[in-house]
Order: sequence, then C-alpha cells, then structure tokens
Amino acid sequence: MEDFKVIDNYLMIRMPEEIDHHKSGYISERADRYILREKVDNIVFDFEDTRFMDSSGIGIIMGRYKKISCFGGKVFAIHADRQIKRILYISGLHKIVEIME
Amino acid sequence: MIGIKEEVHYILQEGKKIKNEMSMEFDAISSNEGLARVAVAAFIAPLNPTLEEVSDVKTAVSEAVTNAIIHGYENTYGYGKHGQVTPVYCHIREGKVYLRCRIEKSILFVEVEDKGAGIENLSQAMEPLFTTKPELERSGMGFAFMEAFMDDLDVESAPGQGTIVKMKKKLGSGAWLPEEGED
Repeated sequence: MEDFKVIDNYLMIRMPEEIDHHKSGYISERADRYILREKVDNIVFDFEDTRFMDSSGIGIIMGRYKKISCFGGKVFAIHADRQIKRILYISGLHKIVEIME
Repeated sequence: MIGIKEEVHYILQEGKKIKNEMSMEFDAISSNEGLARVAVAAFIAPLNPTLEEVSDVKTAVSEAVTNAIIHGYENTYGYGKHGQVTPVYCHIREGKVYLRCRIEKSILFVEVEDKGAGIENLSQAMEPLFTTKPELERSGMGFAFMEAFMDDLDVESAPGQGTIVKMKKKLGSGAWLPEEGED
C-alpha cells in the first residue's frame, strides 16, 4: 500500500498507526518531495489507520500548511477518530485544517 | 448474582488497594518514545482506565519523553519509514531518560527525568506554540498537551542540570474519592 498518492491536485497522505517524533521526519520529507515534484495544491491527511498522535503530528500538519497555503492550497483531515480530533481542537489546528468524516 | 451497585462498590474497593510502582531507564533515542508510552499504558491497565484516559496518558508521556530526547539531549533524529534510519553524519549523544510511575488510590504519578541541557526560561518554554526548534517542525505544544491531558503538571529544571517533569492524573472508576467519614 502506497502511503502517498496524487489525485488531481490533491496529495493524499495515509498516516501511519502511530505518529510521533520518531516517524515525523520521514513523513514531512516525503510529503515535501511530492509537493514540489507534482505541484499539488491541496493536501489530505488520512488518519484511518492512526491510533496515536502527539504534538509531532501537529508539527507535520502545520509545516505542510505553511508550504501550500501561500499558493491558496487547503489542508484536509479525514477519518480522524475522537482522540485525534481532540488534539486538533486543543492545538487550534481546526481553524486551518478542514476536518471531514 | 450481585447487583450493579455492589459490583461498582467492589471495583472501587479493589481500585483502592492497588498500589504499584515501577521505574525504567532507557537511552535517549527516538525509537524509545514508543516503548515509554506503551509501558505506562500497560502499567495503568489494572485500574480499568477508559480508552480516553489511556490515550491522554500516552500522549502526555510521549510529549515528556520526546522533550527529554530532543531538547534535553539534542538527539533530534527520527528518520525513515519506521524511524530506524540514522544518517551517517548524525552523532547520537549519550544519555538516559528516567521514567518513574506510581499508582496510589487510583492516582497515577509519572516522573520523566533527563540529565541534559535543562531549561533556561521555564515560563517561556511552557507557553503554547513557543519552541526553540522550529526548524524541526516542533509545534511548541508539548507542555500545553501535558497540561491539557493530565490533571497536574510540575516542572523542575536548571540549565545544565537537566529537567524533571512530574505529572499526576486520576484514573478509572473514581477510587481516589475519599469515602464517607474518611478524610
């Protein structure tokens, strides 16, 4: 299963089961390569498999948002469970990320 | 067959009896972040915590341990799909992170200690969104999350001496409530 997929001008990122500092570097760097190479406008983070996320996940989303927002791109989060939604709300990220079911 | 009331009372009484302690020390490398939070989650399992409580504790422990590794010892690398790749130019600083947990009357006490760099300006470090490592995309939400997910947070730190993060959380079915007639 490929974790990164480009559909139209959307980059779909399938997030791993656990998102912490240990894995965040890889996701950020891979995502940035896709953003540059495929010239995507929007990013969709898919949390279907994710059971744990800490503030490193916030860092990943904020970093990617900064890279695409100046060109009018949007960031979406799908399949986020309750815990992940709570983290997005506590950190205030729901203001820049569109959370969808 | 016992009624639900007796059963709840029984669980409360059992919860009160549980007294447990554990401590572990591990190298300050990013792959141990997962180990630390899973160990604490397993440690509190006998208290029948809710799923939400378990996630809260895991997140808080993960933040504290990550801070110790990245800021205390400046071992900033977590790389590779499973985080296991270490670039050749990367020098790993030696150091241990100490994790101590205690359960008393269904209250969990967690201490995360490092003997690394320490924090110069503690009140600034605790501000949400403040980070000394923006280049690593640290969000600056670590202490804010610890405060939000635990009941009590206390940080002791001195530059060059290291940092101790002490956290407290009430868990499970409320055995931490004093019984009637008890203080």
